[in-house]
Amino acid sequence: MTQRIVAVVPAYDEEAAIGAVVAEIHAVDPAIDVVVVDDGSTDATAEAAVAAGAAVVRLPFNLGIGAAVQTGFRYALERGYDVAVRLDGDGQHDAAELQKLLEPLGRDEADVVTGSRFRDEEGSYRPPLGRRLGITWFAKLVSLLSGQRVTDTTSGFQALNRRAIALFARDYPSDYPEVEATVLLIKHRLRLVEVPVTMREREHGSSSITVVRSVYYAFKVTLALLVAMARRYAVPAEEPHR
Amino acid sequence: MTPVRISIAAGVGAALLILLVLELIRGRRLKERYALLWLVTGLVLLVLSIWRGGLNTIAGWLGVQGYPPAILFAAAIMFVIAVLLHYSTVLSRLTDDNVLLAQEVALLRARLDALERHETADDAATEPQAAERRAG
Repeated sequence: MTQRIVAVVPAYDEEAAIGAVVAEIHAVDPAIDVVVVDDGSTDATAEAAVAAGAAVVRLPFNLGIGAAVQTGFRYALERGYDVAVRLDGDGQHDAAELQKLLEPLGRDEADVVTGSRFRDEEGSYRPPLGRRLGITWFAKLVSLLSGQRVTDTTSGFQALNRRAIALFARDYPSDYPEVEATVLLIKHRLRLVEVPVTMREREHGSSSITVVRSVYYAFKVTLALLVAMARRYAVPAEEPHR
Repeated sequence: MTPVRISIAAGVGAALLILLVLELIRGRRLKERYALLWLVTGLVLLVLSIWRGGLNTIAGWLGVQGYPPAILFAAAIMFVIAVLLHYSTVLSRLTDDNVLLAQEVALLRARLDALERHETADDAATEPQAAERRAG
């Protein structure tokens, strides 16, 4: 039985990159549907995505990355997709590596597969020292909290099965969602698997995390993590199924 | 002992607050749900203003010896903090609701766009070349 797969691509002012991202996914596997979530862009992101052959969900105003991604998961849930893959709209995730993410789901070994930039020790991704420290800190912290080795908690390159889609469609953190989402998965006892991937340099624009903000970011996310561990969840932890 | 003039001024102030809140509710400019805390605030301040012996007693309990009306200020500040905190929770809920609505609108619009495109395609089916042009 073939699985219906949708690629969820959040995009904010990415008119220059989005067309290539969509085309690349279709080139890898034409059977994968692509939905671009336009997070209130001020440029022609939505038009570029439609022209490239993607379905587009246009948020009426900018909601932030977490809510945009969640919109894509809700789309996937509503339309009954079996698998959702999340890729960033700026082209930093290589669609050619999609298959690696899908394999553990296909074998039902995981509910969520994350593309990790650090799983492969020889990886070519070398972020600046400040960011690397931050990423290491969160990886250690989440590993400690989860009792499982997690190397990349900030990766937005993820594949989800229906169970995980249903969870995230109902409850997904908002501001810097990836780290907190990892905690959410652990809390709901979903199986998380990492596979090594390489990330490309950003083709256009700049990362949303600047050096100046990274200390503030680190502090804020650490706090959010601790709150996340104690927080009551919209979906009871005992029954992650809908 | 609390000066009489302070008791009168505070009592009038509290009474005005209660009247104002009631008037806002009557004029439907304030929902009862958000008015409740304000009414409690007004009533507590009114009671503390008029019941001078009580204010002195409470001041005594808390070790305020010099100036019992300080208890009035303390009570007022406490209730203002409670109201603000209440507003923060309301604001958080509104933010969540707002996000949910925006997502829902976007998903419905995508569905509608797809439906309309489908209809247009059906119309154009009788005229294949036009459909091709549109698709291209």
